[in-house]
Amino acid sequence: MMEAVKVLDAKGLACPMPVVRTKKAIEEINSGEVLEVHTTDQGSKSDLTAWAKSGGHELVKETEEGDVFKFWIKKA
Amino acid sequence: MSFKAMKSQVLARKVIQKEELFILDVRNNSDFEDWKIEGENFSYLNVPYFDLIDGVEDILDKLPTDKDILVVCAKEGSSVMVAEMLSEQGLNVFYLEGGMKAWSEYMEPVKVGDLSNGGELYQFVRLGKGCLSYMVISNGEAAVIDPTRMIEVFTRFAQELGVTIKHVLDTHLHADHISGGRTIAKETGATYWLPPKDAEEVVFDYQPLEDGEEIKIGHTTINIHALYSPGHTIGSTSFVVDEKYLLTGDILFIDSIGRPDLAGLAEDWVGDLRETLYHRYRELSDELIVLPAHYMIIEELNDDGTVAEKLGKLFAENHGLNIESEVEFRKMVTENLPPQPNAYQEIRQTNMGKNKPDEEKQREMEIGPNRCAVR
Repeated sequence: MMEAVKVLDAKGLACPMPVVRTKKAIEEINSGEVLEVHTTDQGSKSDLTAWAKSGGHELVKETEEGDVFKFWIKKA
Repeated sequence: MSFKAMKSQVLARKVIQKEELFILDVRNNSDFEDWKIEGENFSYLNVPYFDLIDGVEDILDKLPTDKDILVVCAKEGSSVMVAEMLSEQGLNVFYLEGGMKAWSEYMEPVKVGDLSNGGELYQFVRLGKGCLSYMVISNGEAAVIDPTRMIEVFTRFAQELGVTIKHVLDTHLHADHISGGRTIAKETGATYWLPPKDAEEVVFDYQPLEDGEEIKIGHTTINIHALYSPGHTIGSTSFVVDEKYLLTGDILFIDSIGRPDLAGLAEDWVGDLRETLYHRYRELSDELIVLPAHYMIIEELNDDGTVAEKLGKLFAENHGLNIESEVEFRKMVTENLPPQPNAYQEIRQTNMGKNKPDEEKQREMEIGPNRCAVR
């Protein structure tokens, strides 16, 4: 898998902040690059997936490690 | 302009009084499609909050100017963000305090009617999920039937009326919501009754609720008569209260009937369901008022907010009670069933006492509509 160029720590943040921060972070990377996002909010799972889809970004991978959700999003 | 919180209690009155309301639901599309706030005169717009982060200008012309606007999300956070942005654009809007999470837990108590010797019967309508619980009151004593896990709703209500909860009953082992029965019994010292055929795997003590059991409330004669009525589950039991009301659990609803597949294979229990609905219930008085454990669609709510109808009327009008052919009946309740309730296996395990999820997890398990019926 492609190496992430940026890691966003959104742990402890409640909705809507994980998506708001992710959106901002992805604006700072180039198309084709991967952003890694860490969250703890349950709702962020379905929301980040839906957000990525609506923006045309590719959710390359997602994992769950303990209480932390990790996402790798490739910018469109 | 401004934005303000709206409590679930206020929203509940709008549902019951069939008021107009415009709901801007900012959850993602699939969550909205799956489950939303139902109101007969509510209108809706669903735009995920993440499409509004850069501004709400695009949706302004889709919002009405002649009715209240309520912004809704899962837990509140996103709806506050969107409500604030709308108020900056000059609108007056509300956001739902606590979001769908709070809405799914809110219960509205409604009096169904008086019983003999000064008794009373209350229905607790969980509008967000379509669950119905009951309290029978007589001479300072109370019985609670099919309580939800929000047990303070019942203990506080009993306290306000100055009655002591003596009995807690579940019509069956629920698969769509977590029962508060055992917890209420533990807190109040009441007896917890459960149909034994549904309780074979439970890991706690309970009082077996057998067919023909009579439970007296108060020192007078309000009785709860248990009637074995399998089909939704193998143990499903109905109650005749004061020879006037028929509490049907998840066997018979106002506009639909129970589904037989949530605790095993539909094929196994379809015969029981047929027997209960087409034979056992037929022997009862048409004048009994049916009080189910759920409703599915908002049209099943009466004008006073209750969900109740005469058994005779259901025999005439409920489609599920009017299928002459057994083959056709079997087909209806085993094929094309709606999706199963969220986390229904985990919920059953929890109601058996095998799982002990924390409150946050319990909430999450109960997300979504109840889906216990087939129409």
